[in-house]
Amino acid sequence: MSDQTADPAADPQAAAMPPDETPEQAGFWKRLTSSSLIVTVLAFVTAMVLGGILIAVADPRTQDASHYFFQYPWDTFQYGFSAIWKGYVALFEGAIFNPHTASKGTLAGYAGPISETLTNATPLILGGLSVGLAFRAGLFNIGGQGQVIMGAIFAGFVGFHWHLAPGLHLVLGILAGMLGGALWGGLAGLLKAKTGAHEVITTIMLNYIAVYFLAYLLSVKGFQAPPYGQAISNRVFKSAQLPPLLGGSVRVHGGLILALLSAWFIYWLIEKSTLGFRLRAVGANPFASRTAGMNVENSYITVMLIAGALCGLAGVSQILGTNSQLTGDIDAGIGFDAITVALLGRANPKGIIAAGLLFGALHAGGTQMQSATGTPIDLVQVIQSLIVLFIAAPMLVRVMFRLKGPSSVVGGQLAKGWNG
Amino acid sequence: MTTMAQPPAPQAADELVVEHAVTRAPVSTAQRLGAGISLIVLGLVTVWRFGLEGHHDFPAKIRLGAADTAHVAHFSVPAVPAAYVCGIVIIALGVAWLIAPRRAWFGTVMGIGLALFVAAVLLWLASASSFATIDLVGLGTSTIGYSVPLILGALCGVMCERSGVINVAIEGQMLAGAWTAALFATLIGVAAGLVAGAIAGALVGCLLAVFAIRYLVNQVVLGVVLNVFAAGLTGFLYDAFMQQHTEALNQAPLMENHKLPVLGSIPVIGPLLFDTTVIVYLTYILIIAVDVWLFRTRWGLRTRAVGEHPKAADTVGINVLAMRYRNVIIGGAIAGLAGSYFIFQVGQFQKNITSGQGFIALAALIFGRWSPRGAVAAALLFGFANALGTNMSINAPSIPSAFIAMLPYVATIVAVAGLVGKVRAPAADGEPYVKE
Repeated sequence: MSDQTADPAADPQAAAMPPDETPEQAGFWKRLTSSSLIVTVLAFVTAMVLGGILIAVADPRTQDASHYFFQYPWDTFQYGFSAIWKGYVALFEGAIFNPHTASKGTLAGYAGPISETLTNATPLILGGLSVGLAFRAGLFNIGGQGQVIMGAIFAGFVGFHWHLAPGLHLVLGILAGMLGGALWGGLAGLLKAKTGAHEVITTIMLNYIAVYFLAYLLSVKGFQAPPYGQAISNRVFKSAQLPPLLGGSVRVHGGLILALLSAWFIYWLIEKSTLGFRLRAVGANPFASRTAGMNVENSYITVMLIAGALCGLAGVSQILGTNSQLTGDIDAGIGFDAITVALLGRANPKGIIAAGLLFGALHAGGTQMQSATGTPIDLVQVIQSLIVLFIAAPMLVRVMFRLKGPSSVVGGQLAKGWNG
Repeated sequence: MTTMAQPPAPQAADELVVEHAVTRAPVSTAQRLGAGISLIVLGLVTVWRFGLEGHHDFPAKIRLGAADTAHVAHFSVPAVPAAYVCGIVIIALGVAWLIAPRRAWFGTVMGIGLALFVAAVLLWLASASSFATIDLVGLGTSTIGYSVPLILGALCGVMCERSGVINVAIEGQMLAGAWTAALFATLIGVAAGLVAGAIAGALVGCLLAVFAIRYLVNQVVLGVVLNVFAAGLTGFLYDAFMQQHTEALNQAPLMENHKLPVLGSIPVIGPLLFDTTVIVYLTYILIIAVDVWLFRTRWGLRTRAVGEHPKAADTVGINVLAMRYRNVIIGGAIAGLAGSYFIFQVGQFQKNITSGQGFIALAALIFGRWSPRGAVAAALLFGFANALGTNMSINAPSIPSAFIAMLPYVATIVAVAGLVGKVRAPAADGEPYVKE
């Protein structure tokens, strides 16, 4: 590891993205403390501790006990710790395994929590791949929200407007979703390539244009569901829906397969293909790539088309899998969560799958935590952002825990400024 | 492009030769075609939508004051002929620009074109039925109402980005300010709410500054993460505390209008500008203060130096990092003030109360080319689009308000794409500075 990251400044790509092969000769402990994995784990633990403090603060019994803190300080701590314990147990039960529902012996009882985790993770993985791929090519795709919405609009329209044979309908729906996302992402890529408009600015603006476009569609007859009172679309036909993976009693659906296939494809694309080499080269140094005869502008368009298509797939998973009707919040914040997933996964497909599963589990568990202990689900957002904040500032984590090692910065080489 | 140069005087060779060269800045092809064609399209739309397809037989009735007050100046205009005139003038402007573009006239030409289009829209709205009227003062008031948070947010952006720190977290700073302002305004009072909101915004600004400047985190990533953090934290605290105890914790008093003594009595301008709340007066002061501060003071000069070329600034002894810390934190306080504006409008905090206004403020900053005056103008334009959209949803429900709401974002994309003139960020915006 040391030889590869000896000079992070000269090789930012290697510094930001940990290489897949680490030399086996290095000592285990040295490898552990200098690897980015330890930073990730410590960031997670720190975020969970800070989240725990919030749980305790929000707990009514702990609040009451804190009024007589100076008489019986132990009460406050006792109630506080019990609130944290209960909260995190509920989080685990909602995300992984719940002994109370499992004792009923049904499939939903055993696999329900895992199914929720996977259902939540599916669009996060797809969105994370999209943002991650763009990162590798030196672009910051902040437009996941818009691309997810456009993907969902296209897929949903095919799903409820056309009548087709079951298999064909689903395939066309998926392709339409990819097309919708790719159009929206590709537009940002095209603007970047042809006019130099910074993709962060254009994608933020495209997000809002998509939001209002969806709001408009949800008030148009033919799109809106009768009796036209609510902003909700027609229902997608059964023939266009992604099949459930574990039967109808739990929610996990075929979108997960799409996500895993996409992850494999992106891995192949980045690591094995000529196009991927070109994209990585452009991401590492566009000027050198141009000198070497690569078409940098074309690369921007290509990568944003693929990134958009991936977010479009996340939209497909939302509309043809998890939900069956379009609503104003069909994107469910995936676009921005995807950025955190890509950063946590350090922009490589394996990491993104792991990060997507982790955040999917947090979302699934957060719902259970809210219903079981009354801790607001917004806690998940706080924990998520804290994890990424610590990941993005590895220097801070290393200072906090007195670790030595290279202080690489995720995304440090990306989007240097509005003009770059 | 014309260059006029006086021929060098054919005298002694060692004599100093002064060349007077007058160079007219060239207009790029993209700008020439983009601006010209958009003007022509705008003109055609005006003629078609409000003239040929207008179908409004009533004259447009314009008032300069609310309908229930007496002695208000009002007049009526034939709407359809006026639309033809406006449309044809816009087309003529577009053709003239295509034939002979002059960079110095760019703002004027586009401004006149846009103003004529808006005039046609207003007249069309005011002639929708026999009782439809447009109250220009009311429209202006609601424009200011929509613009104030955008102006404050964009000023926050000016402070940060002119010193070289990208601030995508305006939304998060506003949200933090809004939550804190609601709490303190309920517990103590309006003034405390204002101060607490500003402090909360400054705290998020502090986080932004520390992570961006000390820990060198990519600033766009950081902004996005801080937005998620602020939304999560305020949502959590709202659910945990405010939701059950609304009366005790989330019932902020509304701000009252104060009419200024002399200025408030001026016929049209008085009720429009000088009969409003403290926070709006504060906004007026801040607009002037930021503009003066940035272009007329030593601090402002240093800030711009730090944002354009930190190394050079450092060489002449300016403390680059301290400059950036101060600007980002002050900017955060201004954004926090913008957040508290939402509270004093509705009296209560709700989850995600800012609803993307922070991002429109960012758009206004970029559209206004990173200058305080430009940003304020852009924010007013976006606020006007909002006010017009609200008016349209009442007077002309056939035009979907979603498309009006899209306009600021489309305008910003068009601006950054350089189709109607180039926007350029401060050179070192977003680049962390590490002293060698």
